[in-house]
Amino acid sequence: MSAATGARPPFSAARLARSAWSVVALPLVSILLSFVVGAAIILVSQLLVPNQRFDWALPITAYHALITGAFGSFDGLVATLVATAPLIFGGLSVALGFKAGLFNIGAQGQFLVGALGSVYIGVIISGAPSVVAIPLAVLAAIAAGALWGFIPGILKAWSGAHEVVTTIMLNYVAVAFLAAAVSGPLKVPGSPAPVTYDVGNAAFPVFLGRTGHLGILLALVFVALIWWLLYRTTWGFEIRTVGANPDAARYAGMHPRVVTVFTMTGCGVLAGLAGSSVLLGVTHTMTSSFGTTVGFDSISVALLARSNPIGIIFAAILFGAMRAGAPLMQIQAQIPVELVDVLQATILLFLVASPVLRRLFRLRGVQSGLGSTETIARTYGGEATVR
Amino acid sequence: MTEAGRPTIAPALEMRGITKRYPGVVANDRIDLEVRPGEIHALLGENGAGKTTLMNVLYGLARPDEGQILLDGQPVTIAGPSDAIARGINMVHQHFMLVPVLTVADNILLGEETMANPVFLDRREAHRRIVELGRRFGFEIDPEAKVGSLSVGWQQRVEILKALYRRARILVLDEPTAVLTPQETEEIFAVLRRLAAEGQSIVFISHKLYEVLEIADRITVIRRGRVVGERRPAETNEDDLAEMMVGREVQLTVDRGESHVAGPVLEVSGLHVRDDRGNEVVRGVDLEVRAGEILGIAGVAGNGQDELVEAIIGLRRPWSGGVTLGGRDVTGHSPRQMNEDAVAYVPADRHRFGLVLGFPLSDNLVLTSYYRRPYARGVIRDDQAIIRDAEGSVERFDIRTPGVTVKASTLSGGNQQKAIVAREFDRDLKLLVLDQPTRGLDVGSIEFIHRQIIAKRDVGTAVLLVSAELDEVLEMSDRIAVMYRGRIVRILDGRSADKNEVGILMATGGEERATAPGITEATA
Amino acid sequence: MDALINGLYGIPLLGLVFQLAGYLVAVIPPMAPIILRSATPLALGAMCGVCCERSGVVNIGIEGTMLASAFAGWVVGIALAPMLGGAATPLFGLTLPLLIALVAALTVALVISALHAWLSISVRADQIISGTIINIAAFGVTGYLNTLISKSSPTSAGSFALFTPPKELSNLPVVGWLFDMFFNQGPIAMSVLILVVGLQIWLFRSRWGLRTRAVGEHPKAAETVGIDVIRLRYRNVLIGGLFAGLAGAYLSMEATNSFQAGMTAGRGFIALAAMIVGRWTPIGAFGAALLFAAFLSIGQAINFAPPGGDLGTIMTAVPAQVYDSLPYIVTIIVLAGVVGRSVAPAADGQPYERESAT
Repeated sequence: MSAATGARPPFSAARLARSAWSVVALPLVSILLSFVVGAAIILVSQLLVPNQRFDWALPITAYHALITGAFGSFDGLVATLVATAPLIFGGLSVALGFKAGLFNIGAQGQFLVGALGSVYIGVIISGAPSVVAIPLAVLAAIAAGALWGFIPGILKAWSGAHEVVTTIMLNYVAVAFLAAAVSGPLKVPGSPAPVTYDVGNAAFPVFLGRTGHLGILLALVFVALIWWLLYRTTWGFEIRTVGANPDAARYAGMHPRVVTVFTMTGCGVLAGLAGSSVLLGVTHTMTSSFGTTVGFDSISVALLARSNPIGIIFAAILFGAMRAGAPLMQIQAQIPVELVDVLQATILLFLVASPVLRRLFRLRGVQSGLGSTETIARTYGGEATVR
Repeated sequence: MTEAGRPTIAPALEMRGITKRYPGVVANDRIDLEVRPGEIHALLGENGAGKTTLMNVLYGLARPDEGQILLDGQPVTIAGPSDAIARGINMVHQHFMLVPVLTVADNILLGEETMANPVFLDRREAHRRIVELGRRFGFEIDPEAKVGSLSVGWQQRVEILKALYRRARILVLDEPTAVLTPQETEEIFAVLRRLAAEGQSIVFISHKLYEVLEIADRITVIRRGRVVGERRPAETNEDDLAEMMVGREVQLTVDRGESHVAGPVLEVSGLHVRDDRGNEVVRGVDLEVRAGEILGIAGVAGNGQDELVEAIIGLRRPWSGGVTLGGRDVTGHSPRQMNEDAVAYVPADRHRFGLVLGFPLSDNLVLTSYYRRPYARGVIRDDQAIIRDAEGSVERFDIRTPGVTVKASTLSGGNQQKAIVAREFDRDLKLLVLDQPTRGLDVGSIEFIHRQIIAKRDVGTAVLLVSAELDEVLEMSDRIAVMYRGRIVRILDGRSADKNEVGILMATGGEERATAPGITEATA
Repeated sequence: MDALINGLYGIPLLGLVFQLAGYLVAVIPPMAPIILRSATPLALGAMCGVCCERSGVVNIGIEGTMLASAFAGWVVGIALAPMLGGAATPLFGLTLPLLIALVAALTVALVISALHAWLSISVRADQIISGTIINIAAFGVTGYLNTLISKSSPTSAGSFALFTPPKELSNLPVVGWLFDMFFNQGPIAMSVLILVVGLQIWLFRSRWGLRTRAVGEHPKAAETVGIDVIRLRYRNVLIGGLFAGLAGAYLSMEATNSFQAGMTAGRGFIALAAMIVGRWTPIGAFGAALLFAAFLSIGQAINFAPPGGDLGTIMTAVPAQVYDSLPYIVTIIVLAGVVGRSVAPAADGQPYERESAT
């Protein structure tokens, strides 16, 4: 019975199709359903705006604009990719945490301090050659993000303070920190608005269309890197073991506390890189209103991708496309861009309710909605506190 | 409604043709059981035979697929525990169903609260009733004590009081003696006999043959979900019951052969260890385990055995004292260092410590060696080597699995434990530390693991065996150390040790005590 | 006496600590009503946490629940004010639209809590993920609708008014400021103390409380004595939702009379921290909420009555953003310092599966 156990099954197209379906079935169903719910919300919410003629076709207008904005032109396509890059980094950040049983709700804060690090160093060395300036500005983002991840990591490892609370608090600290920096030391003297200098030569070069910058390629490199780290190295094995069962990890001679600190720091690095890819790739300067929804979108990306690095590419493209297409939707259908948040949340709702979806749509043998997140709440009460 | 030809007094409980299927298994297959008023009826079967499932059906925790339950001759449907309680069926579960942070009184009250008004509890009245009830059955109990601070023997009494407080008519006890000393077992038996004499019907679930023979009026044996026979204690014996229970002739004792003892391997001196709450639970232990011998540690669960083992193996930092391995000081060494020093450890809780259930079997087989050659070069894993060696282990240790890449959670308990044994035993060892290595396993797996342990001993490994099952310690050990309240109170020869003597030592530490205080010193 | 104080204040560095202590003693009584106002949403949020977590359900969706309720109260007020608008009554400035708006806020909180309960109890999803999704959803939906509605710049239904205790009481020596603290308040802030004490008694003296604690610690044990674990958890999460709804209503209908996107600003999470620091007891959580609230109000105190001396020079020189981030930093520090000694209910965060999976 056990003789031929490990042998890989022979390749078969049908088997591949089936396993692909088992992975994507629930996300696809969730995405479609969320667009249905979104349409209902668009229809109903028309009633809230006075003096507007009720338009049955408004959802179609809106979705058409959304898709056209994201994929309808070469520029739109590039804009989608530009919006995707930070989401890939952020998604990897949250996913890496999930693998270690950590919930990095603080990607937003790490993203902000990462961007701040980039602009700080980027402005100082804006005159240096790009080959020097870019790596240094990126390293600054890495360092700043690492610090912002290290703090909750060490607090969790040595005091048991749950990262869900500490990272959220650090998000707000980061916001205040950024506002203080931009209106204080980093502000262009004499400028009426709080804004920093341009990062000059530290900006990512554009290689695709008018806006497609280096960060897109960098994000893909990191997908490969994180996948390799998680599944091909002993470090990845330790991270996954600590996430799946911290007690067994300790028994096996691993050091859950150390792994927790390192992983959380790694999460910070990745989210910090997301910050640098927006700052060095898109804005080049920082204003006090800098700060997008990247950090929170990253949670959605990681959840939708079930923390799978490859899946993160696709999830990030989906949410990146929504962000890129939303402005056109606002212009053509007068739908606030926040609809994207609503759609995201509905997708996640359907995913988390996947047992119900499975029954409803008779989806047999498909993987459940949210991969390796079952262990997050378990550590909450400190029962499985890392030692 | 009484049918013709039936005894004039209807059985208090009758279960007819109970069938319960779970995906892939038939846990109960047309089981019949009849319990008369005032009878102690034993349900005998090994782990996994379906005893607990049957009782869950009776208690409304599981719904039967077929079959009927009759109380006093009346067919009933039991929808849930509250329904069962309302009908006078009460259960003392194998794993105590007590809330440790609540008081004795609150635990007994729970679900059956004495109210001062529709909203608030009447704790005073409840206390009065609890104390009164305790007296009637011969135990003084403090209703205000936190259950978590009671010894297991007293927790067992709280469980029984809980049932009596609810005016049980049918009392089901699921493996009630598993964690008790022989003396505590006797005391519980006395209470049970008294209850039976008052007309209570009692279902006593066990896999211990001598206990069943001692306490039961009638014995129903089940195997693999089916009733294989019914006996009266007078007309049977242990061998007969064992054969019925397992389905083949079993050797009740392992043939452990002669041991060839050499010099000391593990020496523990003056070891003090604290638990997670900071209580000193190991209070000055001196031990020596020599090459080629099995040293068994007997003790009631919670007397510091787990912490002692964890301190030896490096999972817990000792407060003071020392541990040496082959004469070298290894106090405070990490689990990784101990592992590198040819020390293996089989933890008590295989789901919590021993395995990562969501990982493939192959990864679990390298859980303690994943970072070494040939499984890794530097930080890069070698999946091929991991799979190859996993297949070898599966073969050699007879792990029944569809493949090495299936999740560990899909294996049966016995095969999971075999996987741990494969991982830990499959190399040259100086010291083997085993904490409850056969808990909850079927007879076949127990035999297999016991043979592996003996084999390790015979090649000169020093073996430290901790078990709450006194029988296992007596069967396996060359020497027996009795642990009581964090100390080793006596070391006995494994072959000549008398069960009763060990039991008394486990219960009292060898000192004469006027009364059992019920509350362990460590937490009081 | 004055000489002694001046001497103490004059010590280098250490003197600053004494100055700070002196400043706090001087500023806390007049600031007390403001502190309680800041503490109100935190304390109510923490009560939501206590209700849920004592029964074993982690609820990090408090933030989102508060936000959605704040929005619902505000928006219903807007809708009703033109139709039902009447003169404010002397009692807390209560009007019919306000009252209905409050009910709407609570209803929305109930609906959201029911969703969380369903996801975490029946679907058995990871409770932290479920809460996160609720936060994202609340943020998205309120942001979306707020943008739509704000196009027409509507007028709000106003807010609950403060009650002014008689001057004789507030002017009492030593304890007068306490009357001010608890009675110079709107109806929601004023009820906080009652709700906290009530919940404390309820939790430790009633049948419901005993069962809640048992279910949160050892649901299986509770089930075996006939307690319906699932139903109790649902009930607790819903009751908890009412507290969060009240907190939301407070933000948009008592503390202000407006709504801004994301106006909860992490209060739901600070509330969670207060619950942990307060060891999952209502009174403890209230105490922690007051502590955090004191730091929330410190920025105001500096504008309101800047301290003198070196301390004043330093404190007014510090950028305002530092004071903005102070409550968050203090939350982190206190949480890290206390959490090891604060033990969560044993079954917190673990979905309960009945054995009778037929």
